[in-house]
Amino acid sequence: MTHPRPTSPTILPLRLEGVGYDVAGKTLLSDISLAVDPGRRLVVMGANGAGKSLLLRLCHGLIAPTAGRCIWADGSIRAHAQAMVFQRPILLRRSVAANLDYPLALRGLSRQARRATVARTLDRFGLGPLADRPARLLSGGEQQRLALARAWSMQPEVLFLDEPTSALDPSATRIIEEMLMGFSAEGITIVLTTHNLGQARRLAEDVAFLHRGRLIEHRPAADFFAGPAAPEARAFLAGDLIW
Amino acid sequence: MAADAALMQIIGLSLRVTLTAVLVACAIGLPLGAALALARFPGRGAVIVVFNALMGLPPVVAGLVVYLMLSRSGPLGDLALLFTPEAMILAQTVLILPIVVSLTRSVVEDIWAEYREQLQSLGASRLRAVPTLLWDGRVSLLTGVLAGFGRASAEVGAVLIVGGNIAGHTRTMTTAITLETSRGNLGLAVALGIILLALTLTLNAVAWGAGQWARGRLG
Repeated sequence: MTHPRPTSPTILPLRLEGVGYDVAGKTLLSDISLAVDPGRRLVVMGANGAGKSLLLRLCHGLIAPTAGRCIWADGSIRAHAQAMVFQRPILLRRSVAANLDYPLALRGLSRQARRATVARTLDRFGLGPLADRPARLLSGGEQQRLALARAWSMQPEVLFLDEPTSALDPSATRIIEEMLMGFSAEGITIVLTTHNLGQARRLAEDVAFLHRGRLIEHRPAADFFAGPAAPEARAFLAGDLIW
Repeated sequence: MAADAALMQIIGLSLRVTLTAVLVACAIGLPLGAALALARFPGRGAVIVVFNALMGLPPVVAGLVVYLMLSRSGPLGDLALLFTPEAMILAQTVLILPIVVSLTRSVVEDIWAEYREQLQSLGASRLRAVPTLLWDGRVSLLTGVLAGFGRASAEVGAVLIVGGNIAGHTRTMTTAITLETSRGNLGLAVALGIILLALTLTLNAVAWGAGQWARGRLG
């Protein structure tokens, strides 16, 4: 079952033009230019501290770049049709159904429309039996499933995910990855950070590789995994410690 | 029977004054405390310190300030509220408000630190986040409201000054205990003290139980 997709003009590609981010004189990201193309699964890779999460937050519009700019295809600074899933799911201290209802209410949907969307979402992700359970008491895997379901219910054109499975066991990770492949099949663009090489290989269509705040590779996944040009990326794939 | 009626009247007035003061303090203090948690403005630190300090405001001083405001020559003298239950409600609200504001700020600040990015991502403005944060902090906030109730129901100085301990009109359990003790009527004073303790104990037991239940239920 898929969402009736809105026919409004698409917000993708998202273009980053010379984006940089400094905090207290320290440069965390510099001179990043890339386009997030519609319908693709882009995996952002790099060591801890390379700036992966920061890049995602800049794309999503949670923070503003201190240099350069991020612009959506419809010209907006922060487009509506996007959602983000965080490393640790932040769920409200309410029931599963109320957690799904909340962002829809923020968007001003009528009670009727909300009820229909919540029911459709619960059904789509097999969360129906958990609908009345307090979201905070679910297992880690169930919580992340709910976070993904909540993001999906907002009908995003693009979904950002920051290390969504790093706190989950392999079976929960597999469920999340299957959900993501399902989203992708529906046409939702995926931008995901991970430091898990296996996950990157399974999910990526494109890879962006960050090293010390710089984008040093951005190419189709097959090319990247066949043999990245940059020595830092080669070392990363080989499992060497880089810094 | 007459004594019983008088006793019931005293207990009823005590509860009415304190509960009303708690309600008024919550109506003002919950949104104010949440706003203080989310807003950034020059002097915010000073406001926080003042509210923290006011939690320890001696009730007699609060009573004196309200007395001066309400006395005939005071700024609110025209309202003719001095020595009425309404004046006592006002004095107790002044006592409870800093507790509600400070605790709300601290609870909401913690939840905000956790929720901030997610709420922003979902599209909630700071203003829209206020009711969300208050609702999600409801279990912890109950503790603050109870602390306020405890302080108001136990204090005697403020209600004595602005209420005047007038029999049948502004006499509460605490002012009656003060009076009966000074009269040497210890039996009645002790009886009132036991009733006051029992009320506070019951309320705290119910609130603690509700908190435990909610924690288990809501995580």
